This record gives sequence, structure tokens and C-alpha cells, in this order.
Amino acid sequence: MSATLPASPRVRRRVLGDPPWSAAARRHTAFVVAGLPVHAAGLLAPVAPLALGLVLVPLAVNLTVMLLLTLVFGVSYALLLTHGFVLLTRVQTSRLAALLDIRLPGPAVRRGLAQSLRSDVLWRQAAYHVAVGPGIALGGLLTLGAWACGAGLLVLPCAAWALPATSPLNLGAHPVTVTAGWLLGGLLLFVAPPLASAVARLDAAAARALLGPGRAHELQLRVDHLAVSRAALLAAADTERRRIERDLHDGVQQRLVALAMKLGIARATHPGLTPELKDLLGEVHAEAKEALTELRDLVRGLHPAVLDEQGLDAALSGIAARAPFPVRLHVSAEGRAAPAIEAVAYFVVSEALANIAKHAQAARADVHLERHADVLRVTVVDDGIGGADPGRGTGLTGLTQRVSSVDGTLMISSPVGGPTEITVELPCEL
Amino acid sequence: MRAVIAEDSVLLRAGLVQLLGAAGFEVVGDVGDAEQLLALTAEVRPDLVVTDVRMPPSHTDEGMRAALTIRQNQPQTAVLLLSQYVEERHAAKLLTGRTRGVGYLLKDRVADVAEFVEALHRVAGGGTALDPEVVAQLLVRRQSDPLDQLTPREREVLSLMAEGRSNAGIAEAMVVGESAVAKHINNIFSKLDLSAADGDHRRVLAVLRFLGVPA
Repeated sequence: MSATLPASPRVRRRVLGDPPWSAAARRHTAFVVAGLPVHAAGLLAPVAPLALGLVLVPLAVNLTVMLLLTLVFGVSYALLLTHGFVLLTRVQTSRLAALLDIRLPGPAVRRGLAQSLRSDVLWRQAAYHVAVGPGIALGGLLTLGAWACGAGLLVLPCAAWALPATSPLNLGAHPVTVTAGWLLGGLLLFVAPPLASAVARLDAAAARALLGPGRAHELQLRVDHLAVSRAALLAAADTERRRIERDLHDGVQQRLVALAMKLGIARATHPGLTPELKDLLGEVHAEAKEALTELRDLVRGLHPAVLDEQGLDAALSGIAARAPFPVRLHVSAEGRAAPAIEAVAYFVVSEALANIAKHAQAARADVHLERHADVLRVTVVDDGIGGADPGRGTGLTGLTQRVSSVDGTLMISSPVGGPTEITVELPCEL
Repeated sequence: MRAVIAEDSVLLRAGLVQLLGAAGFEVVGDVGDAEQLLALTAEVRPDLVVTDVRMPPSHTDEGMRAALTIRQNQPQTAVLLLSQYVEERHAAKLLTGRTRGVGYLLKDRVADVAEFVEALHRVAGGGTALDPEVVAQLLVRRQSDPLDQLTPREREVLSLMAEGRSNAGIAEAMVVGESAVAKHINNIFSKLDLSAADGDHRRVLAVLRFLGVPA
């Protein structure tokens, strides 16, 4: 089933074109006409110095002078190209902005001559001014011609009386000639606006593609933007974890310690309690202590204060000491890494040791922390049964995600039968 | 026994005052920051100082630094540090020089009133009280050495010794007889190559080697 398109003004305009008196027609025509001298200059830019060079060749009487001239000519030509194209580009972008309201983000930052010659920005500009420009200019001339001839053909018969009979512009008063002139003129005026639009659109498209930031540059900008926003996001999450840790420690934890202590004092200093009350007090006391332990484990998993205050070495010795199997810790990392990176490294070791305890049946494990220039390398090796598979969900997936969130890499070697080795490399700064 | 308490949480401070009072200490002052602690300690010269590590204004290690100052200026005053986390470098700093009358415990241990009171008395009496977590952390650093030859049971004895317990205390904690403890300790001495000629110092030397503190 095909739907009938509603004859909206937009569709009508597309089929019939803008009427010659419309604002769009005027604007596109102005744009196209204004482009003519600039495109002409663009074409001349590379040609004129060449012509000048040819003129200068007879002056080169001997080899030295010729070489010197070539050198001077070469350098000035390159300067003319880079600066000339930049100037032309500026004129063109302001033409686009003023007449079509198309604002192109400026091309990449101006650099030295050598860099300009190497970068694709200059060559894309050159392609616009030298290769596309003449074609556009031709289109512009045709547009101008359509307007001029159309208007002329309409007006000329009316002015026939003012012209001498011998003038070639005098179409005579023959009705057929006059009608044909009017018809042709009308047709040309009818064709001129869509022609102007087409040329303007072509010009704008070429300018967008060649004068604006290139695809590579756009991607670079996007990557820069994403890197900044991701760093901000990670830092915000990190700050939030610290805040929660601080709140828990300064508030809930202190209260719980005080509560458990008071329950302990009550148990120890009131000998006259009934057995039931004594049991109850004992239970409550035990539960308060359990809550304390749970809270401490929670805070450790979140963001331990020791990591902030004493760094990775101290924080890692804490989790290594709490593992249910012997762990040896070897740290050779001077200085501190970015807080978010340290938090990830801590998480990696904590998670890896938890995984080993759960699955590896290992007798012992070794944790190495080394810093090579700007890379923090964490290695956790166990002597367990191996066969760890990062594709099987659970802890390893979480590890991979957390590591890649800061552009780190994670490698696992875990043949069946062991040993398992997890190596994580993190950049020291975000 | 006269004691001074430094703790910035009002709630916990009040509890500690009550606890030390019940344990037979005379609490001669309680303060909320390290500066006041140093001033008060210099003035009243107590037998025991119980202090939090993290205190105002910066909430990092004010209590730790105050404790080191007190140990240097008033060697007769025993110091017990309470901390949110225990860390072996802090312990090493505290133990450098003398191991007499010093303790470093996790804050949560306060909840185990009987054990905590025992540790208080031990420290006040010139002994040591190290948190089991510190002891465990010190082991994590160990490279290959004679300690690896110890059996798990002997390691347990040694770590209880490192916490500052006597033979009787170790026997009670492990639920064994004191003669069994003495046997384990002799095995430890021979495995660590500590000859009998050194007399009673062997116990301290074994603990120091165990903790990795330069003797």
C-alpha cells in the first residue's frame, strides 16, 4: 500500500523550486555570487606564483643563482600556500556563516610550516580551493547567467522602442520573437533559483567536508571529551566511596563500639543478674560485636581509611594478613598513584584473594606490586588447582570491568592443575 | 594506677572512662585532641595513656605522634593506642627502642571487655599488647627464613607471645597445659637458633625476629 504524499509547501517547493522573488532564492543567489571572486582567488593562489616562477627563470643566469631562486621561490610558495589557504578558508567560513548561517567549527590550531604541510588540514583546504572551487565557480557563473539572461529577455522587448533598429539586442516587435523571448526569459528565471540552491548546497557540503574539522579531528575531540568526563565520573565515585567510609567511621562505627563496650561493662560489673538476663545480655553483646565486625568488613570493601592515609603498601598488608591462607606481599613501588588508581589496585588484590579463597584450594599466594615509570603492575599468584576462566562470570568479570574502567589491562594464566597468575597493569594517573 | 584517656568521640570517651574506672584505674583526665593530651600528660604524669590514633584537627595520625612524644619524654608512662585500623609500620615505630609498656589495638577490641581490661593491665604493668592483626600483617612481609620451619602450632604460640602474653596466658588462649606451651617454645628457640646461653632474652629475641622488627 502506498500512501499519498500530502502536498505540503515543502514538497511543492522541492518539485517546483523556490519562486524567484523568495527570500531563499535571494539568499542562495547572494551566496553563490559572493563566492565567485573567492573561488577565483583560490584558483589563482597556486597558479600565479607558478607563472611568476616561469617569468623569473630567464633571470637565472648561473647555477648558484638558479638554486637560490628556487629555494626562495619554494619557501615563499609554501608560505603563500599555507597562509593563503588559511586566509581563503577564513573568508569562506565567514561567507557561510553570514549568508547561510552555517557555522563550521574552526580547523585545527595553526601550527608551524612543516607541521601544516604534513597535516591533512592544509591538503583538505587546498582540495576545496583548487579542485572543488573552480567547479563551484562555474556553477555560480551559470546561475548568474541564468538570472541575467532571464531578466534581460523579459525586459528587452519592453525596451525595444529605445534601441536603434540595427542593435543586436533589438528583438524587433515581432509578436512571435517577443513571446519566445519572454518565454525563454521566464524559463531562465524559473530555473535560476533551484540552480542557485543546488550550487549553494554543493558548496556548503564541500566546505563542511573539507574546511571543517576532519573525521580524525572530530574523533579526537570526542575522545578527549569522553576521557575528561570518564575521569570526572570515576573521581566522583571515588569521592563518594570515601565520604560513605568517613560517615560510617565517624558515626555508626563509633556508636556501635560504644554500645558493645557498654554491654560488655554491664556483663562484667553486674554480678547480681538473673541467669535469663545474663544470657540475654550475652546474646546482645555478641550480636553487637558481630555487627561491628560486619561493618568493618563492609568499610574495607568500600574504601579503607588506611588506603587514603598510608597508601597501597599498608592497605595491601592488611588484606593479605586477613586471607585464610598465608600470603606474601612484595611491594616495590615508590610514591603514590592517583587515588582512583590506588582504589582499583586495592580492589584487584582484595577480589583476587577472595576468589582464591573460594575456588583455588591454594596453600599459599604471592602478591607483587611494582611500579615501572607510569605503570603500576599488580601480580597475584597462587598454587591452587587453576582452571580459572574469566568468561565464566563471577568475580573475574567484575575485576575486568573495574580494571578497564581506568584503561588498565588484565591477564590471567590459569592452566588446569595450576598455578593461577593474575597480572593487572594500571596507568598511575587517570 | 592513674590513667589519661584521649578520644575525640564523646560517646566512646565516656565509655572508656567508665571501663577503666571499673577495671580499677583512676582516670585523672580525659581529652579530645592530641595537643591537650600532651599538655595533660606532662602535667599529671599518669602511669597509663590510652589514646585514639585519629584525632582532630587533621584526623590522621595525631594520636600516634603524641604517643611517640610521650614515650620519648616520659619513659615511665605506658601507652596504649587504639586505632580504626592497625598497620605494622605504626607498630614498628612504637616498638623501636623499647617494647616495654606499649600497646596497639584495633578500636573494636574495646567491645571484648575482659580481654581489653587484661591488655590494659598488661601494658600498664610494663608488658606489650599487640593486636593479632598487626602480628598477621608483619608475617605477610616475611621472605624465606627459619620461621618457615615452624609448625602451625608453634607459629600460634609465637604470635600469642608477640601479642605480649605470658606462658600462662598462652596456655589459656590455646586451651593446653603450660608444659605443652613450654615445649613449643623450646622447639621455637632451637629452630630459630637461639642458644640457652642468652637466658631469658631468647623470648624477646624470638618475638622480635617474628615481628621483623630490627632488634
